[in-house]
Amino acid sequence: MNLSQLNPGERGTIVAFTDLEMSVKLMEMGCLPGELVEVERFAPLGDPIAIRVAGYQLCLRKSEAAVIIIS
Amino acid sequence: MADIIKIALVGNPNTGKSTLFNLLTGLNQKIGNFPGITVDKKIGYCKLSSGQQAEIIDLPGTYSLYPKSKDESVVFQVLADKQNVSHPDLIVVIADATNLRRNLLLYTQVADLNLPVILVLNMTDMAQKEGINIDVNKLSERLGVQVVAISARSKTGLDDLKQAIAHTTRIATQEKGPDMNMLAAEAIEEVKAMVGTDNDYYALQLLHQHEHLDHFAHQYDQFETIEKNHHFETSKLQAAETIARYRYLSTVLSGVIEDTGAVKKFVMSDRIDAVLTNRFWGFFIFLFILFFVFNAIFSWAAYPMDLIEESFAWLTTAGHENLPPGILTDLFLDGVVAGLGGIVIFIPQIAILFAFISILEDTGYMSRVTFMMDKIMRKFGLSGRSVVPMIGSIACAVPSIMSARTIESWKDRIITIMVAPLVSCSARLPVYTLLISLIIPDTKVLGFVSLQALTLMGMYVISIVAAIVVAFVMKLIIKAKEKSYFIMELPVYRMPRWGNVLYTMYEKSKTFVLEAGKVIIAISIVLWVLASYGPGDRFQTIEKKYAQIELQKDSVQISTLEKDKSAEKLENSYAGILGHVIEPSIRPLGFDWKIGIALITSFAAREAFVGTMATIYSVDSGDGNEGTIRDKMRVAKDANTGLPLFTFATGFSLMLFYAFAMQCMSTVAVVYRETKSWKWPVIQLIYMTVLAYVASLIAYQLLK
Repeated sequence: MNLSQLNPGERGTIVAFTDLEMSVKLMEMGCLPGELVEVERFAPLGDPIAIRVAGYQLCLRKSEAAVIIIS
Repeated sequence: MADIIKIALVGNPNTGKSTLFNLLTGLNQKIGNFPGITVDKKIGYCKLSSGQQAEIIDLPGTYSLYPKSKDESVVFQVLADKQNVSHPDLIVVIADATNLRRNLLLYTQVADLNLPVILVLNMTDMAQKEGINIDVNKLSERLGVQVVAISARSKTGLDDLKQAIAHTTRIATQEKGPDMNMLAAEAIEEVKAMVGTDNDYYALQLLHQHEHLDHFAHQYDQFETIEKNHHFETSKLQAAETIARYRYLSTVLSGVIEDTGAVKKFVMSDRIDAVLTNRFWGFFIFLFILFFVFNAIFSWAAYPMDLIEESFAWLTTAGHENLPPGILTDLFLDGVVAGLGGIVIFIPQIAILFAFISILEDTGYMSRVTFMMDKIMRKFGLSGRSVVPMIGSIACAVPSIMSARTIESWKDRIITIMVAPLVSCSARLPVYTLLISLIIPDTKVLGFVSLQALTLMGMYVISIVAAIVVAFVMKLIIKAKEKSYFIMELPVYRMPRWGNVLYTMYEKSKTFVLEAGKVIIAISIVLWVLASYGPGDRFQTIEKKYAQIELQKDSVQISTLEKDKSAEKLENSYAGILGHVIEPSIRPLGFDWKIGIALITSFAAREAFVGTMATIYSVDSGDGNEGTIRDKMRVAKDANTGLPLFTFATGFSLMLFYAFAMQCMSTVAVVYRETKSWKWPVIQLIYMTVLAYVASLIAYQLLK
C-alpha cells in the first residue's frame, strides 16, 4: 500500500520508497522509514495532498506520495 | 585575525532566519513565510558586545547541503570555497526548536565541513508552549558547540547570541558526526589525496557537487574518473548518508528533547486551513482576497493621490507665475516637475500593493495558494511554485523572475520566466488607473462595488489568463526529460510582522521612485527637448505665420490662436515627426501620433507612459499649464479626426497593448541573466509584441 491511497484522517508508517531520487528529498525533509504519517487534507481539486509527518505539515503531489510505501 | 568577523547564517526555510538577520544587522529587508524567499545574497553588519564588527551573510534556506534548486546551491558554494569572498569565519546554524530533529540534519552536514559553528535554537518560546522541553546545556555538550536559545519574534536571547559569537574560537570544536568515510571509502581517500584535505565529508561532498564549484573546473575530469572507477552512485549515497545522520541524531537527542505532548499542536493552524483551503470555499476566498486588494489599491489610494496630483498642478501653475519665463523654467516645470509628478503619484498604490503581498507571504497564506493552485498550474505547464513568481509579477517581473530559481524543474522554470512579464506589474498600474479614470464612469455596481475597480481587476484577470494560455502553448513546444516535483513545507499560520510590512512598503516605494524615477526623469527631459524643438527653420516659419495672423485679429481670439500655434509646433517637433513616422502602423489600433510618442518612450520602461503624456500635453497646451494630466487628456482631440481621442475603444485598445507588450528593459536584461542566453529574451520580446499588437487591433476594430 502506498501513501496516495489514504484518505484524509488516515495514518500509516513509512516502510520504503520506490523511487531513489525522490527518497533522498523526502528523507531530508523528515519522511524516514519508521516515521508515522497522517494525511491531513486534499487540495480543493484533490491534488496535491497535505500530510503531517515528523512534527510538521508537508504537501506533495499524489504521484509523489505514490512512491512512499506504507503499512 | 581580521578585524571583521565573517558570519554565515544557515538554516532550513521558515526558521526565522531572515528575521534574525534583520534583528542582528538592523539593515532590514524583505522576509516572508514562503520557502526560499531569500534568493539574493544579503549582507549586513552588526556590532558585537566586545566592540568587534561582524559581517553577516544571509544564505538561502535549505533542508540539506545537497541543492534541489538553483538558489540552494549557493549555500555549498559559499561554505566549501575558501576563496569565495563570502567564505565565513563562523557559521551560525539556525534551527526551529519546534522541529529540532529535521532541522539538525543540515547542522550535522555543516558541522562536518569543520568550520567553527554556533547552533541557534529559534522559536524556543513556541516550543515551550507546545510542551517541548530542550536541555540546551546537554545538547551543547553532546555536539561540542555553543548552543543559544532565542526567539527572534519576541526578540529574546539576542544578547546571548552576540556574546556567543564574540566568544567563539577560530578553531572548530564540534564533535565528529557519523562516519562518512564508510560510505565510499576508496573514492574519498583518492579525493583527499587529490585536493589535499583530511576531511572525509568535504571529500565526499566534492564527489557529489564538484560541478558547482568553479575553482575545481580544471579537475572535473579527475573527479569523474574517480567516480567511475569506484561506481559512485550519487542518489544511493545521499540516501545512505541521510539515514546515517538521522540515526546519529536520534542518539544525540535522546534525553535532550522531552515532548510532554501536553498541548495539542497545530490546532489553530488546522482550523484556519479547514476554511482557507476548503474544497468549496478555498478558491472563493482567494478570489475575494484578490478583489479586496485591488479595491483597496483603488479606493484607499484615491485620497493621497488626489492630494499629490493637485499639489503638482499647483506647483506648476505657481512656478509659471513666479519664475522668470524662459527655456530653463519651461524645461524645469514641463519636463522635470511634470515627470516627477507622474512618479510620485503612484507611491500610495505601490505601497498598498506591497503591504498586502508582504502580509500574504508573512502569514503563510501564499504557501496555501501554491498548494491549492498546483493542479491547475500543472495542466498549463507550470507548477504550484510558479504561483509566487506570477503573483509577485503583479508587483514587478524582475524580482519574480529571479525568484523562479526556487523551481527545481528546468522546463517549469523556463515557462514561468517566459510568461511572468505578461502578468500586469505595478508599472502598468499607472497606465491602467489613468486610462480607466478616463473611459470608465465612476459609478457603483450593486451599490458598493466600484466599476472602475472592477475594470482594473478585469485587466489583471486578462493578463493572468494570457499568461496561462501562453504557458500552455509553451508546454506543448518545449521538450524536457526531467520530471518536475512539488514537495513543500506548509508553515503554520502566523501573525504578520507589522514592522516588516511597513518596511516593505517603504522599501518598495523608495526603489520605485529611485529606479523608475531615474529613467522617467531622463525620458521626460529628452522628450521635452524633442517636443520643444524641430528640425531646420520649421519653428521660425510657424512663429512668423502666427505673428502675421495675430496682427489682423482682436485680443479675444489670440488665446485660441496660442493653442493652435503650440499644437502646430508640437506636430513639427522632432517628437511629432517621430510619432508621425510610426502612425500608419498604429492607426488600426486607434492610436494617433501623440500616443505613438508614448509607445516609443515606453519601450524603455512602461512607467514612462504617464510622464510622456504629461509632457506632451503640457507642451501642447501652450502657456495654459493649469489642470491635471487627466483633465488634459480628457479634452484631447484626435489629431486627425478632431473627435475626442480617448474613447472607450482607444482607451481599451491602449490598455491591452500595455498589458501584453514587453516594454521593460530591466526584464529583458534579467531574463538574459537568468537563462544565460539571448534566445529566451528575444523569443519573449517577439511573442509579446505580436500578442500586444494583435490584441489591440482586434479590440479596437470590434469596439470602435
